[in-house]
Amino acid sequence: MSTKLKELRRAPSAWSKLKELRRYPSAIVGLIIMFIFIAFSIHTVFSLPLDEAVTLWRGGPGIWDDHPRRAEPAWFDWFTSDSLSRTIKVSLEDAGEMRVEPIGGGMNSVEVVLPFEFNYDTFPSEISLFTEATGAKEFSVYLRKPNGETVTLSENLGFRAHHIYRISLDSALRMQLNGASPHVGLFSENPSPGRDGKPLQGNYELVMLGEIPETTELHAAELVVFGQVHGAAGTDHLRRDLTIALRWGAPVGLLFGVLAAVGAQLSTFILGGIGTWFGGKIDAIFHRLTEVTMILPLLVVLMMVGHFYTRSLWVMLGVVILLSVFSASMKVYRAMFLQAKEAPYIEAAQAYGAGNFRIIFKYLLPRLSPVLLPQFIIVIPSFVFLEATLAVLGLGDPRLPTWGKIIYDARVNDALYMGDYYWMLQPAVALMLIGLSFSLLGYTLDRIFNPRLRKL
Amino acid sequence: MKTFSIMGKYVLLRAFSLFITVVIAVYLTLFIANWGGQLDDARRSNIEFDVTMAVNANPANHALPSSEVMKLIEERVEQEIIRQGLDRPFLIRSVGYLGEALSLGLGRTEHLTSDSGSRNVRNVLLERLPSTLVLLGTAQLIVFVLALIVALFLSRRYGSFLDRTIIALAPTSAAPAWLYGLFLILIFAAVLRVLPWGGIVAAPPPPTTWGYAMSLLRHMVLPVSAMIISSLFSNIYSWRTFFLIYSNEDYIDLARAKGLSPRSLERRYILRPTLPPIITNFVLVLINMWMGAVVLETVFNWPGIGRLFFQAIQLNDTPVIVGTVVIFGYLLALSVLLLDFAYAALDPRVRLGAGGGKK
Repeated sequence: MSTKLKELRRAPSAWSKLKELRRYPSAIVGLIIMFIFIAFSIHTVFSLPLDEAVTLWRGGPGIWDDHPRRAEPAWFDWFTSDSLSRTIKVSLEDAGEMRVEPIGGGMNSVEVVLPFEFNYDTFPSEISLFTEATGAKEFSVYLRKPNGETVTLSENLGFRAHHIYRISLDSALRMQLNGASPHVGLFSENPSPGRDGKPLQGNYELVMLGEIPETTELHAAELVVFGQVHGAAGTDHLRRDLTIALRWGAPVGLLFGVLAAVGAQLSTFILGGIGTWFGGKIDAIFHRLTEVTMILPLLVVLMMVGHFYTRSLWVMLGVVILLSVFSASMKVYRAMFLQAKEAPYIEAAQAYGAGNFRIIFKYLLPRLSPVLLPQFIIVIPSFVFLEATLAVLGLGDPRLPTWGKIIYDARVNDALYMGDYYWMLQPAVALMLIGLSFSLLGYTLDRIFNPRLRKL
Repeated sequence: MKTFSIMGKYVLLRAFSLFITVVIAVYLTLFIANWGGQLDDARRSNIEFDVTMAVNANPANHALPSSEVMKLIEERVEQEIIRQGLDRPFLIRSVGYLGEALSLGLGRTEHLTSDSGSRNVRNVLLERLPSTLVLLGTAQLIVFVLALIVALFLSRRYGSFLDRTIIALAPTSAAPAWLYGLFLILIFAAVLRVLPWGGIVAAPPPPTTWGYAMSLLRHMVLPVSAMIISSLFSNIYSWRTFFLIYSNEDYIDLARAKGLSPRSLERRYILRPTLPPIITNFVLVLINMWMGAVVLETVFNWPGIGRLFFQAIQLNDTPVIVGTVVIFGYLLALSVLLLDFAYAALDPRVRLGAGGGKK
């Protein structure tokens, strides 16, 4: 092949054009956000293995018991002068004490003291006592408040082998506290209904007293005073830590978006080239298929697939790629290929006897590849959002913790109505940022690579 | 007169090819739906229901022991299945299904009912259609007109601060309408409490027509705004580019040299040739909007087709699912056809019978 042809074929160097990106601040911002997300994704994949994340997200007995329900993120502290209550756990293993004295008749007198310090400006959100023992037994439970007062929580309450005494739900105790919720009333100077006022700060002690058979042994007792804030992202209605889904949402969304964009755009590009080059019947068939695909609602088909067959994300990905092959981009590419087809260097290639496929793959497609890049970058967010959309409709992959899933949970549990804005906002902002970063970059690339825009 | 006949022919041709397209799309849908055997199950349960009702309603059967009645029902169901051809292979039957789907004669719903209590699929679908049309029609109209005006305005002030600002906003269209919907609900309903959370009218609905219309408008503000935000700026961006490209043509310079006023220059030399590509571009936007409606209506509890589809999915109501897909197919095809019509009216190549339409 002669040097002349090489000259003719060479498109303006893409690399030199990419360097132009430095001149556009918006593209720089987009790139920075993108890299942060990519780094964050890589970090997530290595620091929190998928299996572990899936297990945690599925939850189950015991996994999230000591987490508060629907707690706000801990950094809410920064916006208020009050210190918001966090979860306090006190158990026999650390600060608790247990005294066992034989009293004859095969019985032991047992006293358990669980002391804790409460120094927050807001009330706890809930309070529970977890115990483990062999056999059943009865205990009376008391709370000593910092002002010296002792409140009887319950007398001779039967404890099962694995027992959770949810103090907040004890209705008799509520009556005794003038109708205040126990987790509020127990921490107030003068309990009254409503949540106004400040909690009483200082040292509290939970006391369990009981006479139990010598054969019964108390292994563990843990008091959990649930806070109103928890962790970096708060918790949801199932007490799950939202950071899990927020972290895994990034790699899942990005992977889905990039793979779908590669599959859909590349295939469209190549088939567009083949169709335009051969023209005639093939082209006509491709054109018809494009029209059918345009009328076939992609999201609706995906919902049907999710409903009738499987919700696996990878099946969805396959369907998305299949249905996007003859997407609207086909029309755009066709118009460009029709122009490029007439270029003299193509004629030259034909003259020296290059075969059809050689011309398509060596001359026609590479010539237009600069157009593919901005298109490719611009469509990535639409696929990321597609994955989120399916999850928001409750058709997300049942295993994976993703951003869309959090939004779905938040919607179904009326997060906005109940004022749990953090729940909805965190995944929504993450989605927004990822969409913006790609599209900032894409639009800039479009401006650089699109010859018609350069002329202006 | 001649131009009219050519245009009529063109539009008819397009309508026919679009209809064929819809038929193919619906057939594919049926195919997907029946791979899971869902369609047949729906038909079978319809037959069983009808037969059981008929047998129980017949006084002659009341004296029979229940086992006899059961046997009778089973026999009748078998007969009915053979009569309706459910025992024949799917490929043969699917042609029949296709006709039923296209005419929305999909029989009875499995769970959903219309507000008037009807369980006829057609009634359920047609009852929800108007609210979707009102919502989307309004948004689409506003986006089209607004984007056109702003794009034209900006192309006159190319490179000005305002131009750069609005162009910088184009990437906001990367996010779908429902995401903006969530933010809008958060701001205006949850925090400020000035606009409704969702739904179509206040409950109970205002008694007067005027009050009802006002309430409907108030409920439309947020969903329509969400749709506008998510598609306006990218449209402005691409249409302004079209205008700029067309206003750089040589004949524009010539016209300007001839001393034409900027107004008439814009109307006759820039707008006219630019509108066809703009309309092509808008078709794609429309299609995206129709699809986005499913999620948007769900987020805003808007009682339209999109939310119906979502409910049908959740309740496993196959006839309604298929019916909704058909309706969506029709809506998409209709939008494309309308724009084709506009295209034909604007593009002299179509009118004069040369080239024969879009390439």
